[in-house]
Amino acid sequence: MAEYQNIFTRIQVVGPPYPGVPLGRESVTRQGRTGHWHLLGRLGDAQVGPIYLGMTGLLSVICGFIAFEIIGLVMLDSVNWDLRQFVRQLFWLALEPPPPKYGLRFPPLNEGGWWIVAGFFLSLSVVLWWVRTYRRARALGMGTHVAWAFAAALWLYFVCGFFRPLLMGSWSEAVPFGIFPHLDWTAALSIRYGNLFYNPFHALSIVFLYGATLLFAMHGATILALGRFGGEREIELAIDRGTAAERGGLFWRWCMGFNASFESIHRWAWWFAVLCPLTGGIGILLTGTVVDNWHQWAMQHAFAPSYPPEAFQALPDPLTLAPGGAR
Amino acid sequence: MSSMLSFEPKYRVRGGTLVGGDLFDFWIGPFWVGFFGITTAFFTFFGTALILYGAAIGGTWNPWLINIAPPDLKYGLGLAPIREGGLWQAITVCAIGAFVSWIFRQAEIARKLGMGYHIPVAYSVAVFAYISLVVIRPVLMGAWGHGFPYGIFSHLDWVSNVGYQYLHFHYNPAHMIAVTFFFTTVLALSLHGALVLSALNPPRGETVKTSEHENSFFRDFIGYSIGTLGIHRLGLFVALNAGLWSAICIIISGPFWTRGWPEWWGWWLNLPIWR
Repeated sequence: MAEYQNIFTRIQVVGPPYPGVPLGRESVTRQGRTGHWHLLGRLGDAQVGPIYLGMTGLLSVICGFIAFEIIGLVMLDSVNWDLRQFVRQLFWLALEPPPPKYGLRFPPLNEGGWWIVAGFFLSLSVVLWWVRTYRRARALGMGTHVAWAFAAALWLYFVCGFFRPLLMGSWSEAVPFGIFPHLDWTAALSIRYGNLFYNPFHALSIVFLYGATLLFAMHGATILALGRFGGEREIELAIDRGTAAERGGLFWRWCMGFNASFESIHRWAWWFAVLCPLTGGIGILLTGTVVDNWHQWAMQHAFAPSYPPEAFQALPDPLTLAPGGAR
Repeated sequence: MSSMLSFEPKYRVRGGTLVGGDLFDFWIGPFWVGFFGITTAFFTFFGTALILYGAAIGGTWNPWLINIAPPDLKYGLGLAPIREGGLWQAITVCAIGAFVSWIFRQAEIARKLGMGYHIPVAYSVAVFAYISLVVIRPVLMGAWGHGFPYGIFSHLDWVSNVGYQYLHFHYNPAHMIAVTFFFTTVLALSLHGALVLSALNPPRGETVKTSEHENSFFRDFIGYSIGTLGIHRLGLFVALNAGLWSAICIIISGPFWTRGWPEWWGWWLNLPIWR
């Protein structure tokens, strides 16, 4: 029985690498060596390469590299160019946006100017990557669904780093570059605006985050469980339903009374994944611009319990009690 | 039978059950019943009834605010009076009964259709995460009161409050891994869903594309295509790890680490190699 469980590929057939579907006249040629990596073949396809770099791809990688270098060098500068301390404190280091006093003006480089420059190049990099995503799909005569899904992620990125700071009138509102610093920003934003858990768009975003994970677990498991019937041939099965598609559909129909088709499950997947950053971005954009305190907003709209005013006076402010604490 | 699909009759054959033989081997509408379908229905019915009872004595029918809280910490790991958390304990028993029944129900249906056990195995990771929150961690902490309350916004309050008990939960390394797996899963799912849709829905005038086009797109795009089988292995792996590390991150908070999570990273800053 165990051999039917389809966890790893046990036998690999190695043939000559496949260069890919022929490209049209408007494309340049594919680059890079092609080879086979046995360990990758245990999980999925063993072939690595070729890649299509093209002009947008090349410019995107260069811009991304510039942003990465600026962030790294500013962090290195912040530990006085001590490589050992750089590694030691890497998770704590930051490239912070400008302080509030500069508003939307361009500050000196060492006071957030580098943040703007790095952000500019990173933005350029991801936008060029989006163009590349769109054009690679068109070059193969395919739909542009990957590009529009990627656009949803870009929406969240630009809300956090551009649109919301713009509406708030200060670059200081934006997210710093850095591992712990960006987590600190997240926690501080939530506390400052009355707990983001009461932001309904945040709630929706989490629903789609967990929902997408649930869907991928269900879908991935279904296809793997159909391995002996060739369930991974999704394109063929979506057009000409075979026994794998019938069994996969019937599993969920018998289990929960409803099933998707081999095409529609990918529409469910696409929408859940896309709505996660889409709703999340709306939630962030409204925070501080339209709503100042999500908990109060929730009480006004009757989805958080209201407390009587006395509840807030039950405990004295510790600052007024501590010796020397009162000012 | 309007609930039957055109190709369905030839699949509706006996066999594959783990418990009960042929006794419960029948369908109601689209649903297959089975022994574990009966137990699922039993636990779901009583669990839902108890939730409705809890709502009725809880003072509000506002669906956002209905809250069934676990017992006070003073009851430790004992049984609490029904109105003081006993209801929460009974609902938890029903929930676990229903969830575990559902695992075995999926296993029986998988056997019936000649499929692998990937779905029940995957689902049991989600059930494990739930049991971590309401059984494993409360038992390790010594009180059922450490479980989370059953209510839409009350459970969010619990997450928020427990998070701040450890000062800043984002610094919990297992939480970091779990969130990374969640985000990676959404990224991978969007790419997979989009890729299949883009092959099946080409621009006007183009024919439907093949999985070789999918491979070529991804090799052009990032230099590697994991392939039609591999993407489902990868997707299942990252999705299950999201759930698994979520369970780990909350089990270690309290039973194995009681201070602020930012402080946990001190070991790294104090490694002898920095001297």
